[in-house]
Amino acid sequence: MAQGKPVIDSERCKGCGLCLGACPKKILKLSDDFNKQGVQYPVCVDEDACIACKFCAMMCPDLAITIIKTA
Amino acid sequence: MESKGAGYEVIYKRPEAMTDAKTIYCPGCGHGIIHKLLAECIDELGVRDETILIAPVGCSVLAYNYIDVDGCEAAHGRAPAVATGIKRVHPDKMVISYQGDGDLLAIGTAETIHAANRGENITVIFVNNAIYGMTGGQMAPTTMVGQVTKTTPFGRDANDVGFPIRACEMINTLECPVFIERVSVFDVKQIVKAKKAIKKALTNQKEGKGYSFVEVLSMCPTNWGLKPQAAADWVRDVMVPYYPLGNFRDR
Amino acid sequence: MNNKVLMKGNEAIGEAAIIAGCTHYFAYPITPQNEIPAYMARRLPEVGGTFLQAESELAAINMVFGASAAGTRVMTSSSSPGVSLKQEGISYLAGAQLPAVVVNMMRGGPGLGNIAGSQGDYWQATRGGGNGDYRTIVLGPANVQELADLTVKAFDLADRYRMVVMILGDGFLGQMSESLELPRPSGEHFEKPWALTGASGRKHNVIASLRLTPEGELERHNLKLMEIYRQVEEHERMWEADRCEDADFVLVAYGTSSRISRAAVNILRKKGIRAGLFRPISLYPFPYGELKEAARGAKQVLAVEMSAGQMQEDVRLSVEGAVPVDGYFRLGGAIPETDEIVRKVESYGK
Repeated sequence: MAQGKPVIDSERCKGCGLCLGACPKKILKLSDDFNKQGVQYPVCVDEDACIACKFCAMMCPDLAITIIKTA
Repeated sequence: MESKGAGYEVIYKRPEAMTDAKTIYCPGCGHGIIHKLLAECIDELGVRDETILIAPVGCSVLAYNYIDVDGCEAAHGRAPAVATGIKRVHPDKMVISYQGDGDLLAIGTAETIHAANRGENITVIFVNNAIYGMTGGQMAPTTMVGQVTKTTPFGRDANDVGFPIRACEMINTLECPVFIERVSVFDVKQIVKAKKAIKKALTNQKEGKGYSFVEVLSMCPTNWGLKPQAAADWVRDVMVPYYPLGNFRDR
Repeated sequence: MNNKVLMKGNEAIGEAAIIAGCTHYFAYPITPQNEIPAYMARRLPEVGGTFLQAESELAAINMVFGASAAGTRVMTSSSSPGVSLKQEGISYLAGAQLPAVVVNMMRGGPGLGNIAGSQGDYWQATRGGGNGDYRTIVLGPANVQELADLTVKAFDLADRYRMVVMILGDGFLGQMSESLELPRPSGEHFEKPWALTGASGRKHNVIASLRLTPEGELERHNLKLMEIYRQVEEHERMWEADRCEDADFVLVAYGTSSRISRAAVNILRKKGIRAGLFRPISLYPFPYGELKEAARGAKQVLAVEMSAGQMQEDVRLSVEGAVPVDGYFRLGGAIPETDEIVRKVESYGK
């Protein structure tokens, strides 16, 4: 049961991928498509598993991730 | 966007003290993370209206476009002197000098040491990424032995140009500084510790305690020639053994 | 064998210095000349020379002072804000009569400015930004071939007159790639009996600019320097006069501005307007007499520069009021535009 979810601003993302490594549940993967900068951005592939730890957002150098707590 | 609504609450978003401008920093650069931490601390301490930020000459020369406080330019290396000038006029304001490795340890060595030695009641945040980013990747005073850069094309040779300089240890030989700590932003655990150190360094200034110094080991993926995650790992695996993390002084 | 190569301006300067026998190079990174230290870091060790990145431009010019005092050919390079830092050292070099080559790839100013090319350091270079009565030879190349040729020549001039010679380029020249024939060294050898090499078997040498004895020693020294500068003014003027003989309108420009001005002259001539270009190549010594001659009979002289009238002053000094002098200035790293120059010249006819 999801405790929260990351809201990813794909246009702010620069595709550094640091969030992928930061996520303890490993539920972030790079998108198949590209943003306007030609960059692949993260998508959460299993929102149910999100524990709203905020690690991805804390790691992100570009404030491209906002975390919403739902539980 | 509402912070709270039926069944949801935003628990992480852009700090108020940060503008919503997209930064010019490279993907995976540590500056974005460090700016965020600084802005969060400014918010939490409620000092946004009294903060004056001195930006260096380096990639973060336009830091005042991202951190929404009064901003001052300084010539390369002279930020501690400029900070001294500002603080002596406004002792009640929060004066922060944000500098890179060329600024702090090459051209600005004298200014760095003397502001610390005088015990100026300022906060210095030193972003150490072992290279000169803005000018395209030349050797920094903190470049590792063997590291290839534009001006050490065969790897830094200690027999020729000496060893990297440890700023915290050097400043730790002076009498006046009250807080000296080295942190990093290569993973979330380090980011949490980095924020704590920055907050302490700012609180010290607010309380008039004296000179506080925080060195942040940071990534430069573009000039290191590494992908961002590999760059973060390089900080952990190559930089940290030489630049030990931790607190050196906490009065 | 054809020595023609395609090189970036900044790198051509580095290679030319090596051709001229430069053994030591000290510098600090600053845009838009970073290709010079990067090139020297790789090339100088290949030829047995010494590259060292200094901790600042101030340290670099003092390393130059030392190496020059030690008797070798030495160079530093920087850009405007960094050259400002070097002014103290340049004054010391001048006072001590030490030869050195200093390269300034100018950028927009004042202060930190921007990183585009500019010509805003003309006064600093030709009038001297350091303290005291001194001059430095200043050369203004206009293409990559000249960047190379004049760098080689600079080392000879520095040694011949025991002066600082400045290559006054700009960010655009440094970044552009053009083909050039690699210059050859002149082969001229300059003895340096004054150099510091350890006083074995000779009276000891002293290199200093400090001259304290009260019986006018410093004044005598300055008079000696002035005589050297007079020789330089007599023998080392360099210029190009293009289609000035019958010109009604003479454009005066150096470096990148001269390239654009020449294009404007071509357009004006096609329109039947008799325009010419006078291009100073040595900015100190400025070819005052040659410009006065080139402007004789012209209706109007137009100084074209990427600065706020700095070169125009020397143009006014040249013509001594005989011809009106106007100026077209682009500032802060902006580039003069051919169309605007053409329109300006056309407006004189009305």
